[in-house]
Amino acid sequence: MSDVAHSPKPNRLAHWYRSYAEQTESVTLGMWLFLVTEVMFFGGLFMAYMLYRGQNADAWAAASHHLDIGLGAFNTAVLIGSSLTVVLAVWAAEKGKQKQLALWLALTIVLGCTFLGVKAIEYEHKYHEHLFPGPEFMFEDTREGVHDFVDPDRARMFFHVYFGMTGLHALHMIIGIGIFLVLLVNTLRGKYTQQWHDPIPIAGLYWHFVDLVWIYLFPLLYLIGRH
Amino acid sequence: MAQHDSHGGAPHIGLPIYFAVFIALMVLTAVTVWVAFQDFGAMNNVIALGIATVKGALVVLFFMHVWHSSPLTKIVLVTAIFFFLILVVFVYADVGTRDLLEIPGRPAHFGESTGP
Repeated sequence: MSDVAHSPKPNRLAHWYRSYAEQTESVTLGMWLFLVTEVMFFGGLFMAYMLYRGQNADAWAAASHHLDIGLGAFNTAVLIGSSLTVVLAVWAAEKGKQKQLALWLALTIVLGCTFLGVKAIEYEHKYHEHLFPGPEFMFEDTREGVHDFVDPDRARMFFHVYFGMTGLHALHMIIGIGIFLVLLVNTLRGKYTQQWHDPIPIAGLYWHFVDLVWIYLFPLLYLIGRH
Repeated sequence: MAQHDSHGGAPHIGLPIYFAVFIALMVLTAVTVWVAFQDFGAMNNVIALGIATVKGALVVLFFMHVWHSSPLTKIVLVTAIFFFLILVVFVYADVGTRDLLEIPGRPAHFGESTGP
């Protein structure tokens, strides 16, 4: 307790905790509980995906063929890179390296925006190809070789799930970039110390979770049924 | 609860481990794209989801520090997976058994989605 009393920095230890370690343990557990609810939030969509993919396997393989694997793989690499910059930010915060912390947070934001930019390009392509499941939806089977006729309604279901899942994921990315902007501003103002920097790893958990969702979305939406 | 280092924060996983995990994730991404263009029959889906699960486990265990976390955090994570599995198992148990019983007045293939 004595380190708190003599600290020149503002006291960040809530009075009901005995130590910073206990406080960190507690807020981390709270973040994990939130992530559990997120698992169920995305889980419903993953369940819908599995069920409808099973019922419309051929139509969904044809629909999946319209997605750009190159852009999807690029975005996967971008997100994995952003997860690396996040763990480096957490590492810098633990070592008290403020400049490095700001650098890694800024890089995370840049990579997050890159992901969203590529996603916007993909959405625009889909919209111009009449693949957005709105009133102008039109579907054509572009696979090579001989295939059974694909019911456009079944292909349309794929794009409902595609836009639903990637849209919810993109919304999480936008929120994540907002959170990291706040962290960056607070870092530049010198709010975080080597002793107290809980928001960095907590926001990091959120960012990694969003990365984790994409790690599953990429093979499910882009890769399965392509060969 | 406070069994970690004295000044709080996640236990220190060294930078070499972070970079090793990052490289592994990148390599696995390349492998899963390559596999998508090969024909392994039904194994394609299994390989794609297997690689995704390995990548997800690497992120959760090392980037999210679950490997060194308290037992409470691990229990919370397992609970999340368990409840998702409840969702999956019960949905399939419902949809998969809808046509087992013939119910008078109900059209055949009641549970299937639209389409011819």
